[in-house]
Amino acid sequence: MSTQIASTSTLGVLGTLREGMRLSPAMRRGLGVTLVLAVLATTGKLIVPLAVQVTTDRGLLAETGVNVPLVLRLTALCAVGLLLTAACTSWVNVRLFQAAEAGLAQLRVRAFARVHALSTLTQNSERRGALVSRVTSDVDTISMFVQWGGMQLVLSSLQITAATVAMMVYSWQLTIVVWLAYAPMIVLAPRAQRALNVAYAQVRTRVGIMLARVSEAVVGAQTIRSYGAEQRTQHRLDEAIREHRNAAVRAQTFASLAFSSGVLLSGLALGAVVLIGTMLGIGGTLTVGQLLGFLFLVQLFTGPVQSATEVLNEMQNALAGWRRVISVVHTPLDVADPADPVHPGPRGPAGLELAGVHYAYPGGPPVLRDVSLTIPPGARVAIVGETGSGKTTIAKLLTRLMDPDAGTVRLSGVDLRDLARADLRERVVIVPQEGFLFNGTIASNVAYGRPGMTEAQVEQALTDLGLGPWLATMPDGVRTDVGQRGEALSAGERQLVAIARAYLADADVLVLDEATSAVDPGTEQRISTALTHLTAGRTSVAIAHRLSTAEAADLVVVVDDGQIVQTGAHHELLAAGGVYGRMHASWVSASS
Amino acid sequence: MPTASARAETPYALPGGAVRRSLLLIGRGLRSQPRTFAIAISASVLYGLGMVAQGWVLGRITDTVVVPAIEGPGVPRSTIWWAGLALLGIGLLTAVGVAGRRVFAGMASFDVQAGHRRLVTRQYLRLPMSWHRRHPTGQLLSNANADAESAGFVFTPLPFALGVLAMLLVASGAMLAADVVLGLIGVSVLPLVLVVNAVYRRYMSPAITKVQHERARTSDVAHESFEAAAVVKALGTEQLEETRFDAVAQDLRASNVAVGKIRSVFDPVIDMLPALATLGVLAAGTVRVADGLTGTGAVVTTAYLLTVMTFPVRAIGFVLGDLPRSLVGHERISRVIDARGYLSEGDQDLPGRGGLHLSTEDVTVTVPGITGGPDRHLLHQVSLDVPAGHTLAVVGPTGSGKSTLVDVLARLQDPAGGQVRYDGVPAPSVRTSDRTAAIALVAQNAFVFEDTIAENVTLGQVDPSTGAPYDADQVWEALRTARAEDFVTAMPDGLDTVVGERGASLSGGQRQRLAIARALIRRPRLLIMDDATSAVDPVVEQDILHRLRSYAGGVTVVLIAYRSATIMLADTVLHLDGGRVVDHGTHTELLARDAGYRRLVTTYQRERQARDSQEVR
Repeated sequence: MSTQIASTSTLGVLGTLREGMRLSPAMRRGLGVTLVLAVLATTGKLIVPLAVQVTTDRGLLAETGVNVPLVLRLTALCAVGLLLTAACTSWVNVRLFQAAEAGLAQLRVRAFARVHALSTLTQNSERRGALVSRVTSDVDTISMFVQWGGMQLVLSSLQITAATVAMMVYSWQLTIVVWLAYAPMIVLAPRAQRALNVAYAQVRTRVGIMLARVSEAVVGAQTIRSYGAEQRTQHRLDEAIREHRNAAVRAQTFASLAFSSGVLLSGLALGAVVLIGTMLGIGGTLTVGQLLGFLFLVQLFTGPVQSATEVLNEMQNALAGWRRVISVVHTPLDVADPADPVHPGPRGPAGLELAGVHYAYPGGPPVLRDVSLTIPPGARVAIVGETGSGKTTIAKLLTRLMDPDAGTVRLSGVDLRDLARADLRERVVIVPQEGFLFNGTIASNVAYGRPGMTEAQVEQALTDLGLGPWLATMPDGVRTDVGQRGEALSAGERQLVAIARAYLADADVLVLDEATSAVDPGTEQRISTALTHLTAGRTSVAIAHRLSTAEAADLVVVVDDGQIVQTGAHHELLAAGGVYGRMHASWVSASS
Repeated sequence: MPTASARAETPYALPGGAVRRSLLLIGRGLRSQPRTFAIAISASVLYGLGMVAQGWVLGRITDTVVVPAIEGPGVPRSTIWWAGLALLGIGLLTAVGVAGRRVFAGMASFDVQAGHRRLVTRQYLRLPMSWHRRHPTGQLLSNANADAESAGFVFTPLPFALGVLAMLLVASGAMLAADVVLGLIGVSVLPLVLVVNAVYRRYMSPAITKVQHERARTSDVAHESFEAAAVVKALGTEQLEETRFDAVAQDLRASNVAVGKIRSVFDPVIDMLPALATLGVLAAGTVRVADGLTGTGAVVTTAYLLTVMTFPVRAIGFVLGDLPRSLVGHERISRVIDARGYLSEGDQDLPGRGGLHLSTEDVTVTVPGITGGPDRHLLHQVSLDVPAGHTLAVVGPTGSGKSTLVDVLARLQDPAGGQVRYDGVPAPSVRTSDRTAAIALVAQNAFVFEDTIAENVTLGQVDPSTGAPYDADQVWEALRTARAEDFVTAMPDGLDTVVGERGASLSGGQRQRLAIARALIRRPRLLIMDDATSAVDPVVEQDILHRLRSYAGGVTVVLIAYRSATIMLADTVLHLDGGRVVDHGTHTELLARDAGYRRLVTTYQRERQARDSQEVR
């Protein structure tokens, strides 16, 4: 069965945070100490309002006249307090950054490993770009939020709490007034938040469309030019750019209006505090200093409430990114390692067996129906059939890139599902159709997966495969740079490297997915020679697109419409006619 | 080719040092959206004035309302009400200022961004293939996306910062007016904040650059690793890949933490400065009140203004903080926008019908040598002649210059020397629309737009022979000839099925057949196929090519081919090696006299014969 990675997880805000934290245990490291420090740092914010109150009541308006020495001592003390607060805040920030980034690195690597463990990549190459963004830009969004907004959110909420407590100490009546002034916001905020979410979701969709259009203009440059389709492409691009701009402006306008209502409410709170505070002062329950101190506290309170609207926006983006990453980690593995793996038996040419195998891609019609096949140890097998006949699916099942819906696949009599993945890969290796190369040298690519392999060993391997003459044509021998994705080499040469790679992997069974794309005949010859050396003494199964491969095989398996219709040696099948006879006839007419 | 007039244009890149470039960046941005920025800045100034008014009014209220009311002699109740309403009114004005500033600053910033994107993507469509081949896809995508975005970053906080500047001026005035000494203490904090900000920025910009670099590396490794998924699965090297990715992820973590540490130190310092100044104002204020030099209200006004200004002053820091990123973004998009070498426009018609007569004389294409070496020749004095209706096969090993030749033949780039002629007319002289109507190129990597099948075939263009859009019958006919009819019929919405990135996925062979149909519907006079059938079954390929030859009116065909059966369909063969023509003639002639050619095309047959003889033994 194959599983699709969901585009996002359905977790709510708290659920996302909780799950995100669970997946990144490093985030919680030392959180207790950090919070204690954060409370200390926040308490320091109260120094200035307190200083204002004491200066006013006991300095400026003291019964005995202005008390200068007291104020000087007080301000000096407060200055020391401010310095300590600043140091404390720095420390909190550093601790939070370290924990958050360590956690995000964990999450990144975890999601990355998951993507590799899933079969999605090999099945649907068009979604690669989207998956890359799950482990790059999506995590970056969370990281940026932590750096700019998240920190503010933590400190702001503490500051609101501290301000409220201090306000309560001065006057509970005025505290209620302040909270009442903000009541409309508390009521409306969740609704506004939902509308904002929708607006920002639209922005993200528009970004996606815009990027797809840009990539058309870049990747399709040759096509667009040769058909004179520049105007049409530009039109599509302009439209996508405009739509993105409009969506972004809409979301921004909405957020701005929500934010400015907070400013309005702070004016309301300030006015109400002056009005009611003065009344309370006249009644004798509040001194001038307390009222002034309170006004400074209101400032401490409204600042974070206002910026909170902003931070919450950013948080929506971060949460969306977080959900997308979580959905990757949550995708169930389609091919899981057994809890109790069986040892695969001694090394040496191994046999493979398919018994009563059925397979259908999710939501699709059956691709294989009741397929049974025995591949004797050491045999050279070619699987042939039309495109879509199911021959590639057989290869994927033989190598356990997927598990059959029904039936079993066995290696030397052991069900593949009972083998550890590492053990299986030691025995069965796939030589893929497109020889993908990493940015590096020929040597590093051939030795890929075998750290510690020397250049001499690589050269030896290439020589063993009969590739010595080819290597001699490379400007720097095995040290020749292959470029990004191996683009400095031709497709055929990339395949040569892939074959050498498989040779060093030294498996008992090789599953060769033959390239469909034609390469120049010289290289074709080299590939064929190298393959002959590679498969000598091993069991090999080739998904054949070429007549020559089928002709050279010990056993030809003909797949048609999800079933094996013929098996036998080339000349036997040729004599029998049937599907193979027809395929052979058209091959001959095309390649002679 | 850069021309004199191209050099005379004002380049998009900004000249001069960091300060000059910053000012130019801001100036150009403001000029590009004058109305929106004017509204945003005015609103921001309104906001700044509101903030100052709030502090000033609060001081006045303390002196004239609060102190007399509480400490005696008392004030009328209505005065207290007026005081509250005044503060509310100021709050309202400030809110309007904030809303206006943010809405229009956002709009202006997004407009700047969209403008950059339009400029960049126009260049992508205008620059020749040789330019495209020099720039990796990933880089061009991020130029149009992330770089265009960061080039506009600075414009979101800019109106805010300009409003704050106005606020600072007025606030300084208000503080000094309230009391000169206290005012001076208050005003002195402003340059201090700016200085700390400048130091902050100096530390921050290399750290941010490092993060961007590490992000790119992480992305590169992820891209490469996911692209290598088949290899990773094949060899079971998932663990190795995880280790590799973990290494870059940890580097990125370290540089993110480094940025965080800088913020951690500077943020509290910047917060602390006004608070310290407030304490200074309280101390000095008390002394002055004791000496009878000033009133309580002046102390409150100055202290309050300082508190209120703390956050907005940082807006200036935001602008300064975003500037380096914006400059880098701007520099990157400028490299695209300032790139030249547009192909010139011709004005001659290509009036003929039927196959086109294609010829080249001494076509030479060079690229700069690697690491300053001498120029390398991709093509060297290539001359060929394909009479109307004939088919030419171009054969050569990888790297022999076949793809460059294709670009030159279709005039996707101009050669450095020599001439390409269509019906005898030099290619650069032919009007572009005439050229694209007459010539169709099927690229090596069949490109599929994220659009319907029908749009992919017609590209929304009109049939030049009738002037009307292509109809469904024509699309089906092209699909039939390209042997794409069956799989399109099987698709859920037939011609209207959306394919490409987010649509239904197509196999390599299906993509190629779709691309061939796109070429065929245009009834081209010259068809260039760059290994365009590599993923198509050989039998199907033969069928397609046979149908082509029977095309009504005739068509000239240039094939880049490997399969000998394909080559044998051609009237003549051009053997290319190392960018030079080795030989040119019929397949039989070349087999007879060109040993290299013989080796190239007969390897396949030799291999079969060798095996057959083995089996006989």
